[in-house]
Amino acid sequence: MSPATSPSGEPVVELTAVRKEYPGGVAALAGVDLTVRRGEMTAIVGPSGSGKSTLLHIVGTLDRPSSGSVRIAGHEVADLRDRELSALRAQSLGFVFQSFHLAPGVSALDNVADGLLYSGRPLRTRRREAAEVLERVGLADRMAHRPHELSGGQKQRAAIARAIAGDPVLLLADEPTGALDTASGDAVMALLHDLNAGGTTIAVITHDHEIAATLPRRVRLRDGLIVSDTARAAA
Amino acid sequence: MRAARPRPARLSAADVLRTGAAGLRTRPARVVLSALGIAIGIATMISVVGISASGKADVQRRLDRLGTDLLVASPGVSLLTGEKAAFTPGAEKTARRIEGVEHSAATGTLTGTVRRSDKIPEEDTGGITAQAATETLLATLRGELRRGTWLNAGNGRFPSVVLGSVAARRLGVDEIGRQVFIADRYFTVIGILAPLPLAPEIERSALTGWDAAREYLRFDGRPTSVYARSADGAVSRVRGLLPRTIDPRNPQDVKVTDPSAALQAKAAATGAFTDLLLGLGAVALLVGGVGVANTMVVSVLERRHEIGLRRSLGATRGHVRLQFVTESLLLSVLGGAAGMVLGSLATAAYAASAGLPPVVPVWSISAGFAATLAIGTLAGLYPAVRAARLSPTTALQTP
Ligand SMILES: Nc1ncnc2c1ncn2[C@@H]1O[C@H](COP(=O)(O)OP(=O)(O)OP(=O)(O)O)[C@@H](O)[C@H]1O
Ligand SMILES: [Mg+2]
Repeated sequence: MSPATSPSGEPVVELTAVRKEYPGGVAALAGVDLTVRRGEMTAIVGPSGSGKSTLLHIVGTLDRPSSGSVRIAGHEVADLRDRELSALRAQSLGFVFQSFHLAPGVSALDNVADGLLYSGRPLRTRRREAAEVLERVGLADRMAHRPHELSGGQKQRAAIARAIAGDPVLLLADEPTGALDTASGDAVMALLHDLNAGGTTIAVITHDHEIAATLPRRVRLRDGLIVSDTARAAA
Repeated sequence: MRAARPRPARLSAADVLRTGAAGLRTRPARVVLSALGIAIGIATMISVVGISASGKADVQRRLDRLGTDLLVASPGVSLLTGEKAAFTPGAEKTARRIEGVEHSAATGTLTGTVRRSDKIPEEDTGGITAQAATETLLATLRGELRRGTWLNAGNGRFPSVVLGSVAARRLGVDEIGRQVFIADRYFTVIGILAPLPLAPEIERSALTGWDAAREYLRFDGRPTSVYARSADGAVSRVRGLLPRTIDPRNPQDVKVTDPSAALQAKAAATGAFTDLLLGLGAVALLVGGVGVANTMVVSVLERRHEIGLRRSLGATRGHVRLQFVTESLLLSVLGGAAGMVLGSLATAAYAASAGLPPVVPVWSISAGFAATLAIGTLAGLYPAVRAARLSPTTALQTP
């Protein structure tokens, strides 16, 4: 195993007894303990409605748990105010969504550069770093293209570029290949593997068993509980 | 190990503007339509204020030329006879002796009618009066001749007449040398006056020399009006002295008027109409503001994903609020700027067609700008607060 995936890295995500209940009594998460260490690449799998997206939102500090402790990059989320969580997302987290969420009518370069807006970098720096990261995801020749001029796979690569532009501690992806054909999906997964090899900690939600099988660690959810975790099994 | 609390970044003013403008750039048609209301409101208000200011500037310009230092004294109505009294002969010369009076003149109303010829019936006066005038009248009124010459010691003794501008038009006289019938004989027209805004009664008069009036029209030589032109700043003092100087026995009956004040009052009276139009402009502006607010509310609903994405990228609630308020402000300022240009153009066009000096007061531009900013902020506040309250996870949910 490569040193990047060694489980001895410092913890980036530490969930302890995390519950999330939605109004109406649905327990989307029913007591989850999960630790993700720096450099890991984790697949989160499970049937529809098992709580995968909910878990990702809580890890990504987009939502707070009903109970339990969430520590992200060393910060106890319950101790932080909303604006501090926003700052934490700006500095330490990157998100990739199934439906890309690129701004229409805006070039790939500016879409990526805008991802750095809330980190406080000046425009020139944002543009320069966006160009660098677009080169890394293989879109050097598509920077001026607007989303409707890109293929699905290219859109997702631009979205990944936006997510990693700020060099986040943790990259979270919710079904990044869900809207793509197999070839484009494979290219996106290859890119994520490359990034992980470069040191980025990644968690990917996926429905695709083949894709899940290629990841070093797999966490399986059912009814809001972790039913299997290859890391824990190995330990 | 305890990490330092994360602190959100402050956006530069340029980034705030860029982000606010980004929402507008992709929806140009909607921007134009919702800014239109504000533009119409501001244009109405600017042009109403501008046209009224241009009109006032015109009055002021005319007053500056005509002078605000002319006074007209007329005798009161006699309590005994009920008839309009007259001053003693030479009252204008007495008035001239008041310190500060630079010119004085007198007119005396004559009894005969003025007609084109003796064939026109006597009742058909056309509102024209025959008056005797002293030679000094033209200089005192700062009047000008459109044609011919003014009365002087020579022609003033003969049956010659100078017509006021309105009198000339009503009599159909356009050149000198023509004859008009006054009382019971013909007079030769030797001059036609240019308009006299300060003395409309002279515009409607046929003026004969003082001596000719005594000789041919049974004039008793008693003035019925005395005109006094005073030096700068002496008007109010002259006004106080005039009655007892020209009529020491009945000073309380003497009526002194300031024709420039009447002109000014007339200009001010147009203000009532202006207020009504201004109110209409305000209503248009309000409707424009509601339009902007509506656009912003719709925009927030449509852009839930964008808001969620920005929150995931690290935007605080404050950042989102600021973005939408900025967007609303830009929308409103865009409309306001267009309105100011339109309003100024309308003022210029109206002023040019009416021969007024075009004036758009600076205060109206600043007030328009302030109103625009206030409306933009108010219209954007509620949608912005709604946008900021949106939970990031629901915003990101794919429908
Ligand atoms: N905003 C919400 N309000 C109420 N219930 C919710 C909300 N979001 C999710 N749930 C419920 O919580 C449970 C977990 O939802 P979640 O979206 O995490 O599932 P998932 O594993 O991501 O499913 P999928 O694979 O279909 O995306 C589901 O039963 C869902 O109905
Ligand atoms: Mg999901």
